[in-house]
Amino acid sequence: MTRKAEFVVGLEPERYELHSPLSVIFESDRRDFFKFLGTGIFIACASSKTAAFQESGRRGGSEENLPREIDAWLHIGENGEITALTGKVEVGQNIRTSLSQAVAEELCVPIESVRLVMGDTQLVPFDMGTFGSRTTPVMNLQLRRVSAAARDELIGIAAKHWNADPGQLTATNGKIIDPKTNRSASYSELVRGKQMTQLLPAEDPLIPAAQWKIAGQAVSKVDGRDFVTGKHRYPSDCTLPNMLYGKVVRPISFGATLTSADTRAAEQMLGVTVVRDGDFLAVAAPTSALAEKAATAIKAEWKSQPQISNKELFEFLKKNPTPDEERNSGHETGNIEKAFTESAERLNSTFNIAYIAHAPLEPRAALAQWNDGQLTVWTGTQRPFGVRSELATAFHLPEEKVRVLMPDMGSGYGGKHTAETALEAARLARAAKRPVKVVWTREEEFTWAYFRPAGVIDVTSSVSPDGKINAWEFHNYNSGGAGIRTYYDIPNQRIQFHPVNSPLRQGSYRALAATANHFAREVHMDEIAASLKMDPLEFRLKNLKEERLRAVFEQGGKQFGWDKPRPANRGFGVGGGYEKLGYMATFAEVTLKPETRELRIERVLTAFDCGAIVNPDGLRNQLIGANVMGLGGAIFEAIEFENGRIVNNVFSKYRVPRFRDVPAGMDVLLIDRKDQPSVGAGEAPILGIAPAIANAIFALTQIPLHSLPMGPTLASRGYKLV
Amino acid sequence: MPTKYSLKINGQSFSVGADPETRLLWVLREQLDLTGTKYGCGEGQCGACTVLIDGRAQRSCMTPVSAVFSKSITTIEGLAKGDQLHPVQQAFLDEGAMQCAYCTSGMIMSAVSLLNNREKPSEAEILQFMQGNICRCGTYPRIVAAIRKASAAGRELVR
Repeated sequence: MTRKAEFVVGLEPERYELHSPLSVIFESDRRDFFKFLGTGIFIACASSKTAAFQESGRRGGSEENLPREIDAWLHIGENGEITALTGKVEVGQNIRTSLSQAVAEELCVPIESVRLVMGDTQLVPFDMGTFGSRTTPVMNLQLRRVSAAARDELIGIAAKHWNADPGQLTATNGKIIDPKTNRSASYSELVRGKQMTQLLPAEDPLIPAAQWKIAGQAVSKVDGRDFVTGKHRYPSDCTLPNMLYGKVVRPISFGATLTSADTRAAEQMLGVTVVRDGDFLAVAAPTSALAEKAATAIKAEWKSQPQISNKELFEFLKKNPTPDEERNSGHETGNIEKAFTESAERLNSTFNIAYIAHAPLEPRAALAQWNDGQLTVWTGTQRPFGVRSELATAFHLPEEKVRVLMPDMGSGYGGKHTAETALEAARLARAAKRPVKVVWTREEEFTWAYFRPAGVIDVTSSVSPDGKINAWEFHNYNSGGAGIRTYYDIPNQRIQFHPVNSPLRQGSYRALAATANHFAREVHMDEIAASLKMDPLEFRLKNLKEERLRAVFEQGGKQFGWDKPRPANRGFGVGGGYEKLGYMATFAEVTLKPETRELRIERVLTAFDCGAIVNPDGLRNQLIGANVMGLGGAIFEAIEFENGRIVNNVFSKYRVPRFRDVPAGMDVLLIDRKDQPSVGAGEAPILGIAPAIANAIFALTQIPLHSLPMGPTLASRGYKLV
Repeated sequence: MPTKYSLKINGQSFSVGADPETRLLWVLREQLDLTGTKYGCGEGQCGACTVLIDGRAQRSCMTPVSAVFSKSITTIEGLAKGDQLHPVQQAFLDEGAMQCAYCTSGMIMSAVSLLNNREKPSEAEILQFMQGNICRCGTYPRIVAAIRKASAAGRELVR
């Protein structure tokens, strides 16, 4: 096996929320694309044999119903409008723009003529969801292939029309041109009056990245104007005539069951509908103020169980791994026992990782409407088809009776995979016989969503005196298996993930457990280097063969000035790795004021290689944003809980990064590999900031920082990070 | 019984009925369908709901409707003059100062308020003034760049 193959670790399933049972279970037809988009040409797929189709495209199912379930990806209308259809959704990662660039590039049209329909389950091909940094490696490629096929089809139509050789014709700026005769025809002329569906050929020649004109350029957000004018409607902004506002009466703690509810006062309020269905207790009213009033008027009794608090968390996680063969696969190379026995010394560190909240600025929201047994829901989710499936199950409906639409939302960061508000709004709407909107409050979002898993990580290593690591043992309790494997060249390894029945509901978070695993690995690397009195960057490179990962460390280090002399009270740190197909190294400079013990992060640089860059401006935005968001989890974010309640469930108690938390110098180094496939950038860039800061502080103070967040440890040692 | 209020919003008069304690945010969003002003926290901690009251940034989630009926209210929808964006809106667009953009309305309204009072704010003044607005996507450096750009482009006061 080549090193390369070993390096490509598959997409980690987003385990937690997909395995968790539905929170509540309560007691279409052929898609007519032409009706929706008018006459023209559709480019469609009827093959499920490519990798893309396992997560996007037609779901499993039998081959015989293929013609009926053809998935249309692209439409060229006789008005010249080009519409691409995708199940991926826009949550701020800017794919509406980058996917439009892909279509415009291959179809040779201005980007302004491309429109994307995203995340509407009735119109777009099936898609598992927008997570795992899959949009760029999979969907961008898919839409490029579809657009290239459309370009060829248009050339074919023109060639037939002019009785010309298709090989001689070219596509430019929305026209097919015959350079010999100077004849030209616009796409809209070519498709006029046609109502045809062209199946995507197996392979199409794509325009190589080195020749890109629209892809590869810094294109600004395609519909940016709608956002600066307040015109864009987020899920929580959606309305329907006669709509009611829903409000759920929440249990007093996690897992509490409803024993009694006196709903009489609420029911007497004008226009109020009360629903009690099992433990689900909620109201709908013509205004949110009245819904609030009615919910407060309900006297509910709940039965709850004593539960652990964050003070006992790490001990609990370490002591309660659940044996689970399927989810517990480890990795072993060489002979770890022998290697440890033969080495003079071993180094051990234990890391604690807190639960943190995604806290997307737009809380969960859904608007639901029933019409003749058909359910339509507008909601903020990263998995429209997953939400459709949850709704179908909860309401005992076939999936064709459920349509989910996802207007570009106020972000998710992995936190909006589930259907909570969709279920709540739909249940209330069924009872009220009117559309109902449910928007969670900030407190609800902090409490009833799910968290990034907490974890405990044990690392043990031994190293030869010349700086080669010979043994590496790594155990992760609960936080997850993403990014758990080491990319350093180590002959003897044992790496194991130990699932735990988490005390809090947990799920995906930007980059999953790779953040925790990279933190532990990269901080431990500096501790080994320190034990050898070796430079941490030199030590990494000595143990690293992978060429693209070496490149981000080396080129990033050069731009950062790693080798330049460092004045007193100035520490450098680095943390890097490979995740979601991207190569990343982040460097940080921290200064110390000895008299006040104040530490300050002066500057941060992230070097990143995600193959051929589709949109350098969007990429820069992602890299800086990931580092800023990562600062929170690195330094101060942590969920506090007690007895099934979240203690810090508002922004005044749960601190997130703000303007003044951003270091003065935030820089990026983009390594544009036009010879490599384009991959995602929404997740991997968040991984380096925590270890880079911890290592810079370690270099300055010799304090090992083994917890995320690291602020409390620093405070206990008398330091303040400002 | 709700009280009747006449509100002056974006230069127009609106008649609404609401309890005196009802927050302006919900009157804007639910009664007037001005959904550009966002809910983010309900405790004045995130800035997503920022509007201008007589030209000054105020958190509409904390503002009772009874406190503003005689004042001039500006929301994100009222900032552009026809097709002509306000310089702060244009600068946010030019700098790409957004990701999911849910915070953008509040950021822009806060920035307009800052520039109403300080023609050329220093970096420290920008950070200080904007500290109450959260961008969870972390686009702060671009927002600062946009405010500097708008400040350099020249003032357009909003009262």
